[in-house]
Amino acid sequence: MNPSQPQSGERITIQPAEFLPNGPAAAAILAAGIGSALLGILAVAADASKPVAKLLTFYLPTGPLSGVTSVAILLWLVTWFILARRWRTRTVAIGKINATAILLLALGILLTFPPFADLLQGK
Amino acid sequence: MEISLRALITLIHGMLFGAFFVMATYGLVVELYRSVYAEQPLKLTPQGDSRERLYLICMVGLGWAAVLTGAYVSYPWYRAVPPAGVTDLALYPRFLLKSSAVTAGWHDLGMEWKEHVAWIAPIAVTMVAYVLTRYRLSIREHPQVRTAILVFAVVALGAAGVAGFFGAMLNKYAPVNGGPTIHLRGKGQ
Repeated sequence: MNPSQPQSGERITIQPAEFLPNGPAAAAILAAGIGSALLGILAVAADASKPVAKLLTFYLPTGPLSGVTSVAILLWLVTWFILARRWRTRTVAIGKINATAILLLALGILLTFPPFADLLQGK
Repeated sequence: MEISLRALITLIHGMLFGAFFVMATYGLVVELYRSVYAEQPLKLTPQGDSRERLYLICMVGLGWAAVLTGAYVSYPWYRAVPPAGVTDLALYPRFLLKSSAVTAGWHDLGMEWKEHVAWIAPIAVTMVAYVLTRYRLSIREHPQVRTAILVFAVVALGAAGVAGFFGAMLNKYAPVNGGPTIHLRGKGQ
């Protein structure tokens, strides 16, 4: 009898060669949602407040856009790094994380839309 | 035949980086959407894998190149403030657009939206490219992850489309010009 063949009644568990938990993907997805929302929030803040706009003017020829985007990207990457470390080997509730990330993405898009941003500021 | 340096760089920003990024993102969306309905996973050869990875890297690179050249090279020329007494606003696109109620909307809606929403596209595709590379062999085992990256890829395509559309329209009504002239053909005529 071939030793590699299972004997009658023996249960076979097929393990994938490399099982990847969904944690790293969830970290990337949620961080991208957070980054998008931060971009929108900072854009509205810079538009609404002159001191914030001045604070976010990292490069004068580009104006507040330089700080809005630099800070959003920095916080996106830091968030991604932290979440990726925490969820590196974990399987997380991906449904809730996806829903949160997509809501944050939608918020980011909405906040960058000038008529909506103006509405928030009562313009 | 000639072109100003600023116009050439703006052309590279929009027509090279921006347009190719939109095309690459469209290809990504189609491939992701197709994979949802595929009965069998598409198994690539090692060479195919490395070319797919190269495609994703180029797509991400194009996205970041588009927003960075836009924000730090073309945009300062667009928003330059004319010195006192200047009446010809041809070299000051923002002020040219805002000088007329007919064209002001291209700045107030077009540029104000484009300058921010465009950045969401490279953030989203960087994430999508990372997930596709990391879960290259097992993405079918994570259908919810695949759905999420498909949503982000579609939104990235939309954001890049908005930026591209308004970029083209802004350059139509108030083109970025100036700087040294580059003679492409027929110099001296």
